Amino acid sequence: MIPAPFSFVRAGSTEEALDALVEYGEDAKLLAGGHSLLPLMKLRLATPSVLVDVNEIDGLASTRIHGDEVVVGGLARHYDVATSSTIREHIPLLSAAALTVGDPQVRHRGTLAGSLAHGDPASDLPAAVLALGATIVVRSARGSRTIAATDFFLGFLETALAPDEIITEVRFPSCAGVGWAFEKFNRRAQDWAIVGVAAVGGTRPGVALVNMASTPLRASAVEAALLGGASSTDAAQLADADTDPSSDRNASAEFRRHLARVLVRRALDDVAARAPSTE
Amino acid sequence: MAPHAESELALQVTINGADIEACVAARTLLVHFVRDVVGLTGTNVGCDTSSCGACTLLLDGTSVKSCTVLAAQAHGRQVTTIEGLASDGILHPMQAAFQTHHGLQCGYCTPGMVMAAVSLAAEHTDLDAAEARVGLEGNLCRCTGYQNIVAAIVAGAKAMRDRSTAVGEGATS
Repeated sequence: MIPAPFSFVRAGSTEEALDALVEYGEDAKLLAGGHSLLPLMKLRLATPSVLVDVNEIDGLASTRIHGDEVVVGGLARHYDVATSSTIREHIPLLSAAALTVGDPQVRHRGTLAGSLAHGDPASDLPAAVLALGATIVVRSARGSRTIAATDFFLGFLETALAPDEIITEVRFPSCAGVGWAFEKFNRRAQDWAIVGVAAVGGTRPGVALVNMASTPLRASAVEAALLGGASSTDAAQLADADTDPSSDRNASAEFRRHLARVLVRRALDDVAARAPSTE
Repeated sequence: MAPHAESELALQVTINGADIEACVAARTLLVHFVRDVVGLTGTNVGCDTSSCGACTLLLDGTSVKSCTVLAAQAHGRQVTTIEGLASDGILHPMQAAFQTHHGLQCGYCTPGMVMAAVSLAAEHTDLDAAEARVGLEGNLCRCTGYQNIVAAIVAGAKAMRDRSTAVGEGATS
């Protein structure tokens, strides 16, 4: 399978990439790791006329500490996110989620921003970004803006990112020393999650679900119950509230609801087990 | 001002140490570039959906599935294929370990297995069997031969470490 013909732009800077998006309009797509986009193009489910390659842009993959936030560059590969000592210390949930994406070869190519921009409800990283209360920083020729992760995922493969925008970085509140968990249920190595759960503890507990609706979504009822002092077991019973899981060859909607409740309970138990005893 | 978008690209790629220059369509996949343009057919096309790992090669030293990378994305970079591992007729330690441990049956997945294993060994200081099994998540063998493949990779990784230690000692003595 070979993609339909397209033209290729190698952007040497973020400005060049943004100019190309303006010049070539909505038929242009950004190409980062390409592990969501290229498979769609090979199946002719996506046929952009121009690809704007951002892989050569300096600084777009760097990770830094800024105040009490960890700022991860959009071009950070899943492998880098999984192995970065800074990320592992401050946002271990993100590292753990990145380590479950695909397989080693996929993790060498796929990027954080690419995974978010694709907006697949079955992807692991969007749930982690939701649970962690991250902020997505985007740029266009019109300027910069920030989008709360909670406001980013709008529909199936649909996000708040405009066609002329690029995700430059993602900002995470540091969670060093806070309990966390990432639960992924699948049947085969390398597979997407049938259901997954990202959870982080602390004073503002965050719980988000993989593959329980047409978008990645937060388990708001669980979060509210935890804030209200509910036990892990009781809060987890609310895991499938306000979800709309699909039925497919992997699982029925009913089974996915069951999985969500079980996985959230396990995740909350892990969060508690990993929390410092003084918390 | 935006750079001009091209449907035909002049690429310069270093493959197994040789500088290759070629003009290809933008949509050319790296695996087809390596096989059909450069003529190195050791890298196989398996599933063509980034699942099976038969097309695994090294891009700047790390394993990638070349059915899901554009040739254009290798421009200015180093590509290593299975043909680039042996030197002066001597097998790379990972190739030798696959031979010793009979880490193959039909052999179709083998180039991808070996390239994935070389990358895996470089990323683990003391690769054990459990790490090898997890690390093979992206490589399928349909002859059901993982047992020997895992044994080969653990031995090959150790041989790679021993070789680099020997080279290091040789350089200082």
